[in-house]
Amino acid sequence: MSDLHTELKKSIIEQLNLEDMEVSEIENDEHLFGDGLGLDSIDALELIVLLEKDYGIKLTDPNQGKEIFNSINTMVDFIEKNRTR
Amino acid sequence: MSQDLYITNSVLIRDSRVWKNEMLIFKNENEVTFSKFLKAIYRHQELKYPKFFKMDGLSKLGYLATEILTNGEIQNKSTALVFANSASSLETDEAYAQTIQDFPSPALFVYTLPNIMLGEISIRHQLKSENIFFVSREFDASLFIDYCRVTFQQKKAENMLCGWVDLHNNDYDVFLWQIARSGGTDFNEEELKKLYLSTHE
Repeated sequence: MSDLHTELKKSIIEQLNLEDMEVSEIENDEHLFGDGLGLDSIDALELIVLLEKDYGIKLTDPNQGKEIFNSINTMVDFIEKNRTR
Repeated sequence: MSQDLYITNSVLIRDSRVWKNEMLIFKNENEVTFSKFLKAIYRHQELKYPKFFKMDGLSKLGYLATEILTNGEIQNKSTALVFANSASSLETDEAYAQTIQDFPSPALFVYTLPNIMLGEISIRHQLKSENIFFVSREFDASLFIDYCRVTFQQKKAENMLCGWVDLHNNDYDVFLWQIARSGGTDFNEEELKKLYLSTHE
């Protein structure tokens, strides 16, 4: 697991108030929404804010979100390709 | 009409303590922050509702008091909710306003209305009932009495869950009670005030 995977999981736990959840409990390919981690629409907005705040990425097309926020792996992949900081 | 309505049970949360039906059921021995106090109640009650951690302080107070008052179950899904406080959602409004200068927080924004707390309680207990949220300078027993009587008279509810849930600058004052057509204490101004003030010296 890369440093970015771990860093992202820590940020998500903190930003989305996922109390009682450890980094090790989030699988890299686990679905973040629906029956996986169970995030909701407000969490999706928080993830968009997180991308901009921590990595300087502005999502211009909301339809991209579904693919990007599929799992930690897809988020890491997107961040690595698009980060400005 | 007052003799037809009764307060069946009540909960108070104030000064790091929780009372149910005038019995002290939880006390924080050490001085802790408001947030840690709420978490301590959650753990003490052995609640399992992860959404709790995403709520703002006002909704957490309303949720916790409701769980304690109802033992985690509101059987009558048409139970009306009648709530009030003095500070509205000011605590969260201020927190949200601070984020506007940087990155506005969606998670805070959704709690910038006091009646969101009623939504959280309704979602938790799958209520599809009447609800209202008043803002008054201080706990106003007559406001609750008048509104509840009229609502019962108009047959818009058979049960009611009422609450004063106030929060500002981490100062909190919570009083919840249920009303029904039978059992318990007479629902009148004197009894309601007595229950509300029961922990005051």
